[in-house]
This record gives sequence, C-alpha cells and structure tokens, in this order.
Amino acid sequence: MRDFYGITLDRPLMLGTAQYPSPAVMERAFRASGAAVATVSLRREAGGGQDFWHLVESLGMRVLPNTAGCHSVKEAVTTAQMAREVFGTPWIKLEVIGHADTLQPDPFGLLEAARILCAEGFEVFPYCTEDLVLAERLVAAGCRVLMPWGAPIGTGLGLVNPYGLRALRAQFPEVTLVVDAGLGLPSQAAAAMEMGYDGVLLNTAVAKAADPVEMARAFGLAVQAGAAAHCAGPMPPREMAAPSTPLLGKAWLE
Amino acid sequence: MRITLNDEPREVAAATLAQALDELGFGGARVATAVNGSFVPAPARAGHPLAEGDRLEVLAPMQGG
Repeated sequence: MRDFYGITLDRPLMLGTAQYPSPAVMERAFRASGAAVATVSLRREAGGGQDFWHLVESLGMRVLPNTAGCHSVKEAVTTAQMAREVFGTPWIKLEVIGHADTLQPDPFGLLEAARILCAEGFEVFPYCTEDLVLAERLVAAGCRVLMPWGAPIGTGLGLVNPYGLRALRAQFPEVTLVVDAGLGLPSQAAAAMEMGYDGVLLNTAVAKAADPVEMARAFGLAVQAGAAAHCAGPMPPREMAAPSTPLLGKAWLE
Repeated sequence: MRITLNDEPREVAAATLAQALDELGFGGARVATAVNGSFVPAPARAGHPLAEGDRLEVLAPMQGG
C-alpha cells in the first residue's frame, strides 16, 4: 500500500462528509464503504459545527480537511492554518479554485499556496489537474501526494481524460496519486485503481445516490477490485481475436 | 466596542480575542479564529487585543468533500 506522508491506509478510499440526507445516513455510509479517510471543511460556526465534529470523531477515521471554495492563495493558506489547529492534523487537501463553472484548480495559485504550506510543515494533498508540468512543480515544492481530478467536482462524469491520468501515473511512479472529484460510478473508481492510482476521493456519488449506504459499499468493493486487478498485472489488449480454448484436439465433424 | 463576528455586527465589552470568544459564547468550543483576515492561533488569543471595527471570523468543523 502506498505511503501518505508516512501513513499507510488500510483501504484506498477517501470519502467526503457533505450532502448526505442525514447524519445517520452519513455514518452508515462511512461504515459500509470501509473508507480510511473522511474529508471535512471549516465554515463559520452557526451552531452545528460541534455536533458534526463529534460525529466525525466517532467514526474513528483519519480526517483530511480541505480548503474548499478558496479562490486566492491567501484565503487557502489562512484556511489551512486554521484547519491544522481545529483538526489537529498537518494534512490539508489544498483547493485553490480558478474557474467558476468547472471549479478547475488555479494551477498558479495552487503552486504558490503549496510552496508556502510545505515550507510551514503542512502535508499537502493538492487538488490539481492531470497537467504533467504542474505535477512536476508541485512535487518540487514538496508535495508527496497529488490529487488530479477525474472530472469537475460534482459532475459524476468519471475519468474524462484517461490518457492524461495514465501519463501522470507513468511519469510519477514514486508519487502517491489519488483521483479526486468527478466520479459517479464504482466502475470509474475501479478503473482509476486498475491504472495504478493509489486511491480515490469522492463525495457526491455516494451522498446523492438514492441509497447512499449501498452506493458507499459498492465503491468500497470497487476500489478493492481495481487495486487487486492492478497488482495482478492486467493482460495487454490486442486488436484481433485470439481463441482462448485450445484448437489442438478439436474433433473433425464436417 | 463594535466588531463584526462572521460578518454580523456585534457589540462586545471584551478587550482581547480570548475574552470576546467567551463573551460571544464560544468558550470551550472547537473553533479557529482569524482577525481582519489573519489567523490568530489559540495560544495567542489572550494576548491579541481587539479594536473598534475588527473583523472576527470564528470557524468550526463542517461537512466537506
């Protein structure tokens, strides 16, 4: 299993805590998923924060706070600093959003914020694209985990650029890679794991399913299947058919 | 003294950030604070004076993806 800043995760699944029909459904979904990490955020305290925190604590999972919704480097860095204190972890899912419609990361702001946070001792999980040059710069800045998107957040479109994701995997064999965002189906999570990704992070696909608990279970099974398939070494595809049943010994029946 | 708490105008008697948190009902809560856009770590709250018009942000754990 891959190293997440010195931590080995039992299961390669990170699950978000937002948008569930109720806290009880969220709790059951987490238990059914077998997720190893719960993502959380920081927002203005309006009364529900403390209860929510007790629920997350009761899950007994590692938490990954995010800087969701931040559009500037300063906002993201300050949010990360506040998250480190509240959640007691150096882990930060760094989001610096650059585009309103696609929520595409701002690669320039992301890199700047990653440099600042790595220098301050954070263990940064940057939400990025599959851009190879950006990835290289983020690694040079000190990131040991990268989290490229599968598709824009909340779309459920899956792995829209499999070529780019495969290229990223091939270029950075030593870096821990997690597909973050855009997944809609367990088969897409399995596909990411089959490519050799070290984990997937998702939220909406589970929380907005008709039955979030069952969908969480399905994603848990899918990431295990995909990881096992990758370890097993998939056969190379070919264009033409090749019979699997031996021809030798076939009867003459004309 | 008039300040804003999470973008809402509030009147406080507190002289420091730590006192203001107690006065505003956050004593003991798991929150992080920023004043005028800059993070103020918990150990620094008692020594952080508040001034008229300060913008106080009090953030808590919340759902996220």
